Parts: sequence; structure tokens; C-alpha cells
Amino acid sequence: MPHVTVDGQKVGINGEKNILEVVRKAGIELPTFCYHSELSVYGACRMCAVEVDGMGLVAACSTPPADGMAIHTNTERTQRLRRMVIELLLANHHRDCTTCEKNGMCKLQSLAYQLGVRKVRFGEREEMLPIDDSNPSVVRDPNKCILCGDCVRVCSEIQGIGVLDFAGRGSRTCVSPAFGRKLSEVECVYCGQCVAVCPTGALTGKPEGDAVWSALHDPTKTVVAQVAPAVRVALGEVFGGKPGEIETGKIVAALRKLGFAKVFDTVFGADLTAVEECHEFLGRLKKGEDLPQFTSCCPGWVKFMEQYYPDMLPNLSTCRSPQQMFGSVIKRFYSKELGVRPEDIFVVSIMPCTAKKFEAKRPEFVSDGGVRDVDAVLSTNELGLLLKQAGIVFDELEGEGFDQPFGLATGGGVIFGVTGGVAEAVLRTAAASLGVDSGRIDFQEVRGFEGTREATVRLGDAEVRVAVVHGLANARALVEAVRRKEVCYNLVEVMACPGGCVGGGGQPYPNDIPARKSRGRGLYRADRTMQLRSPSENLAVTRLYEKYLGEPGSKLAHEALHTRYGPRRRISGDMRINGATPGALDVSVCVGTGCYLRGSYDVIDVFTRLAESDEFIGRVNLKATFCLEHCDRGVSIKVGDKIVTGVTPENAERVFREEVVPRLPQES
Amino acid sequence: MAVAENEMFQRRFDKVNSIIEKHGGKVSNLIAILQEIQAEYRYLPEEVLTYVATALGIPPATVYGVATFYAQFSLKPKGKYIIKVCDGTACHVRGSEKLRYMVREKLGLDDSKDTTDDLKFTLETVSCIGACGLAPVVTVNDHEVYGQLTPEALSIILDQLVAKEKSGDGTSCANSDADADADADADADAATDSTRAAGTDVPGEGC
Repeated sequence: MPHVTVDGQKVGINGEKNILEVVRKAGIELPTFCYHSELSVYGACRMCAVEVDGMGLVAACSTPPADGMAIHTNTERTQRLRRMVIELLLANHHRDCTTCEKNGMCKLQSLAYQLGVRKVRFGEREEMLPIDDSNPSVVRDPNKCILCGDCVRVCSEIQGIGVLDFAGRGSRTCVSPAFGRKLSEVECVYCGQCVAVCPTGALTGKPEGDAVWSALHDPTKTVVAQVAPAVRVALGEVFGGKPGEIETGKIVAALRKLGFAKVFDTVFGADLTAVEECHEFLGRLKKGEDLPQFTSCCPGWVKFMEQYYPDMLPNLSTCRSPQQMFGSVIKRFYSKELGVRPEDIFVVSIMPCTAKKFEAKRPEFVSDGGVRDVDAVLSTNELGLLLKQAGIVFDELEGEGFDQPFGLATGGGVIFGVTGGVAEAVLRTAAASLGVDSGRIDFQEVRGFEGTREATVRLGDAEVRVAVVHGLANARALVEAVRRKEVCYNLVEVMACPGGCVGGGGQPYPNDIPARKSRGRGLYRADRTMQLRSPSENLAVTRLYEKYLGEPGSKLAHEALHTRYGPRRRISGDMRINGATPGALDVSVCVGTGCYLRGSYDVIDVFTRLAESDEFIGRVNLKATFCLEHCDRGVSIKVGDKIVTGVTPENAERVFREEVVPRLPQES
Repeated sequence: MAVAENEMFQRRFDKVNSIIEKHGGKVSNLIAILQEIQAEYRYLPEEVLTYVATALGIPPATVYGVATFYAQFSLKPKGKYIIKVCDGTACHVRGSEKLRYMVREKLGLDDSKDTTDDLKFTLETVSCIGACGLAPVVTVNDHEVYGQLTPEALSIILDQLVAKEKSGDGTSCANSDADADADADADADAATDSTRAAGTDVPGEGC
């Protein structure tokens, strides 16, 4: 076998693609910023530089090993180089470590310490760029970016979106969304995978801890917690534990100590979702309509569908996610049992996810009175921080059980947190409700970490073709294949993050693939030890139907547990076509892809001619805008606040006279 | 302003489609596509870049990245006449700074602004155009090269361009290069005795 020597130690080469992997195999941890085994090799940070006899200093990540290589990982030159790299990175980095969201979890900080950088000989960063906290999920601070490109690659290679890219050149290079926009103005789905890979505080989850403290300190509020499955196998890591250790009992005890009135299990919501989604699925399967049914538990995936595949939205399950079903049940029904007004209940969900923060703020989940179903979403990391703030010694806690009635949960709901879990839970429920194969609980065929998996499952007479996909780039490929009719499935489970929720953007660092696999194994272990495995066995769910909802798929169930979707623009912005006259009527014509292909530019021509005519000049502010989110209904225009669809170059003049002219301000 | 913007927008979006088509809608031709779009619009409007991204099936951020990497691309509207003042070593020591100062003052451009509000003129500084023997050198729209300029001579050149705009000669698109060249030729020859070099064939003298 070919081999190299690493610091004198002989190590065989067994298919490793680069020196870095060989060195790690030898038990030596090389520092890296830009190397992630699941992403393409970028070779930018130079932290992994090693000395190779005859080659000098080379980047271990981007140099393949060769037989007989003598590699030295810890020479005077490599030490000097690494320190210099860190020092130069720090020279350009906003060093407000003590008040940084990433303090204590920052790779730049820990490597600077570890490598002995105690002084930065260069000045402070002078130019401060604005921080983008425009969206509910992710905060981007370009002043802390070290240009490692991890976020750029994870977004384009793993998620297939490419929200971020390098812009500018030389000393002005920065990572930026298109046109320097904010994340809320572009196609970001808030999955937080950029947050998971960012080595510094340049990308962090948006904190909501203070809002939760305010509620906990407010005597008029009844603060209720729900804990997602993926949190219980990860929170321990914040306190030095190993990924995958099940800490459910301690988490419940800790939340009670924090002052939560009730501590419930989101797994109850997951069971409810499985029952409702299974009913929906069996209905579609029977009718043969809107198949494949895509799962809708993942808010990143839902936003992705709304942006890229509005034509496929009927295939998306209308079921709310477990988080939102739970919130709805608490505010609509449980509030009555408690005798507390919904607005006085403050629902906090503890989630592994950044996109859940966005989901909780979606207008569909705000009642008419402005009451949100879920009031705040804390990530696993944030809960860890709250416990530290309260001085709770996690390791010394005695485990406690969830409150009833929504503490009752089944194994099917527990595995919602890992890729394949939702599909398996729905299959378990389907098997039970079809009354076939009742002994069957485990569906091993949908488990695993491969990007796309498929299985054909026989449920009595029915044969169900299931696909499970994680990572949105994989999901995109699958949706495209479904559209081209190359593949045919009945049920498709999608989770945006690799590994599923266990790898969410709000999970503790390091949030890498080995950690995600361990967490996933933890969830399957938890499932195995549950007395109830199929969501259909959850008595609390059954009672909820008996008491309030009737049966799965009932009218009330639809109101309380389902939602709707709509086309969503990818990039915002509009452009003035004529001058902005104060007081004139705003008229926008959509030039998004869909409308453009239907001739919106000819519509603009007609409108411009009319708006510039003697009759109307100075009374119309004409704009071109990207997407009015009515992609399915022909060219859209917006007159004041009203959206008019189905405009064509031919009827444009009539539309102008009928829709625009009556709304024109009177000439003074 | 409104009229100028309107004119800018009306500059045939369908042209973009034919440019993309001509390049087979290939991502590998992105730079060439952007160059031709810029020739059409005199800059790269955001919504056109978004459209290009959609047509090529790549994220807008990638197109933005390419457009901001190369100095030849501009995301801000540029004037019809792009005045490039060379500030290479030779031009610098021969007084290019005075030329720039004169242009800024005459066109009312402060340091934060390189293009006049009426979108007629843009002032740019370039590092070297390889005509050091003629220093200081100024070009107009890359095709007119004026050497050994004084602020006074440059002022006359600007006056002529302004006059041409006012008289209406210049209402056609700036990119009808042949016309613009011919006009500027005649004007420059008639009105100044600045040594106008022959097109871009100026022998370079490496700085």
C-alpha cells in the first residue's frame, strides 16, 4: 500500500483525496477555516499548511498525497505561517469579541488562542459596513467575515440556492447577497446552513432570548414551552456533552427552573402532524390527485417551493409543521382549558432551526387579533445561553417528565428530527390506519444519510413509493426529475438541512456531519425505547380529535392545523420608469420571469406612452417591479394597493383606462 | 432626470434577449454577455442582471459577483461621454491632476460623484493607457485620444461636447460610434490645436 510519513509516523494512503485527511487519520488535527469535507476544496485560508520534503509549504487540503511523501505538520515555518495568517485575518476583523454573539464558540477566536497569537501588530478595522438583521432568522455582520467562503459554498453546493457570493475585488472583496441587498430582499430560505459553517460571528442566528426573558418576568403571561425532537440530542453539547446523548429529562427540568409554566413536547405536535398528513396522503393516494405529496414540516423547504416551484405548490402537504400545529392547539384549545386568554399565553418553541423563527412570524400563523400562535423561537444554542444566564448547572439536574396532556409522545414523532423520520412516521400511521401490517414499526429502507433515498413500501394491497431527500440541492434535482416525469413517487419527504433537523442552523457547534449522524442515531435510540411507536397510538392526539377537532381532515382540523401557500418573489426591488411626482398614483408592472415571458415589457410600453401623454403626465408614477407574487395569473400590475392580473399588451390600454384612470388624483 | 432615466429604461430590453440568445444562453459566456449589455445600456442595471441570471439559470449573486469583480463593468448609470483622464506616472507628473480638477469643477462633480445628473458626462481615472509619450492624455469614449492636454484645451473639448448636445446633434445613442467619432473629429480639429492622436493606434511607450 502506498504510504506517507507524517511527522515521522508511517501512514497508509487509502483513497484519501488530500494530505489533510491523511494527517487527520494519523491523529493530528490541522487547523482549518475553509475546509469542510462535504464541500468543494477552496484552499483559501492556508491554515492547514504543512511542509513536505521537496515541495516546501503546501496547503494540506488541496494537495493530494503521494507515495513516499514526508510531511511535517508542526515545524517552525508552519507555526509562523499559521500565526501570521491569524494575525492578518484579525487585522481586518471587527474584534468586539466580548460582546459578540459567537463569543466562546468562534473558531477564529479559539484558533487565535490555541496558536498563541497574543498581539495583533496591525491597526483596527476602520471601515464598518452595515449589519444586516433585516430578517427574523439570520444576522449577517460583514465586518466579521474572513472570506473563507464556507457560506458561499454551502448555499450553492448543498442548498442549490446561491444567495451569497463574493463581490468586489482585492481589499474590497466581500461576501454579499446580490446587489448588496439584505437577506430579506433576496431568495434566502433562512435554513441557517451558512450559520452552521461560519467560523466567526459574521453569520449568526437572530437572538430572541431577551423577548423570552421579558415574558418570563411578566406576571400577566403564562409562558409555555415546546421542545423539538432534535434539541434533546444536541443541547448537552453546549455543556460539554457528546452529540446524540439524550437529555430530554434535564431539558424539562431546566425549563421549569427558568420559570416556564408548562413544558410540553413538540413531538406531540409531530404526532398530530403525522396523523393529519397521513390522512391527507391516503386521501390523495385514493383519488390519485396531487401526487407526489411533499411533506411541509420544514419551513426552509416550504419557502424554497414558494420561490422556485409555485406550480408545484398543490403537491405540498397543507399540514402545518409540528411547531405551528402545536402553537395553534395551545392558543385555540388549551387556552380554554387553562382559562387564560390566548394573548396572555406566550408560546416559546425550542428549535434546532433558524427558519422556524421565520415560520413563526408568517402572517398565516397570526390570528385576526394579531396574536401569534408561536410567540418566540429559541434555537438550541440560545436555550443553552439562557440556562447559563440563569446559572443553572445543567449536569447536576435531575431529569423530569413533560407536562400533560401534550407531553405524551410516540417514537414516530421523535424521529421527525432526522432525515427519513417524517416519512417513517407517516408510514407507521398509514400502516396502522389501514389496519394492515400492524406489527410493522421500523421502516429501515427510508433511513440513512444518503442525499436521496427511495423505497417501495407495501401496505396491505397498496404499494407506496416513497422518496426521502435532504439538502435543498438534492431536493431541487428531485423536483426537476418529478416534473420531467423521470421518477414517480407517492410521498416525498424533504428536509432542507443535511441530516434533517438534527443538522439545523440553530444547533451547537461544531455542527458537522459526524455530529449530525450521532444526533440522528440518538433519535432512533430514543424511538426504540418509547412504549408507543406509531403516532396513531398517541392518546393525547386521539383525545384532541374527540374533544375539539372531530376527525382528521375535518373542517375544524383544516382551520386549526392546515395552512396555505403562495408564490413568493425571489428578489425584491423595483425601478422607476418615469419621474417620481409627489402625490401621483403609483403603478407597478411586474417584470418577474413569469410576467416577462408573457410580454410585460410591451405592457410597460403602452403604459409609458399613456402616462407620458398630455392627458396624464405628472399624475402616474410608473415602476417596473420584480414579482407581484401572482405568477399563475398572467402579467400582473399593481395600481395603488390593488393588484390586477391578466394584463396583456393588447388589453393594456383598456386596463389603464379602467383601473388606473379612476384612481388618479384629481388635478389641482 | 426623469426623461434621462426614461430614455435609459426604454433602451430596448428585448435587446438583452437577443444578446443572451446570441451567446447560446451559456454561463461560460457571462462576461461577453455583460459586456454587450453594458454597451447597450452604458451600465449594468440591476433588474437586467437579475434577468440575465434567470435566463442563464444561475443565482443573481453570482452575476453580481462577476459584475463587481471587473473594473470594466459599472452598476451605476454612466454618462454618454466617458472622459478618462490618465493618471499613470508620466501623465501624473505632466499635470493630470489639474485636468481632473478642471473637469470636476466644470461639470459640477464632487468627489462622491463621477457622473453628471443629466447623464451626459462621466469622469474616470485610469492608470495608464500606454500613450505616455503624449502625456497628459485624456480619452473620450475610448475612441478619441487627446494628448499633451492643458486644462484650457480640455475645457474647449468639453464645451464642444456640451454645445453638440444642446444643438440636438447628440440626441442619438452614444454608441453609434461611427457618427460620434466623425462629429468629434471635426469638432476637435476645427476648434482646438490639441494634438489629437489617431484613434487608438497610439504607440505605447510603457510606463
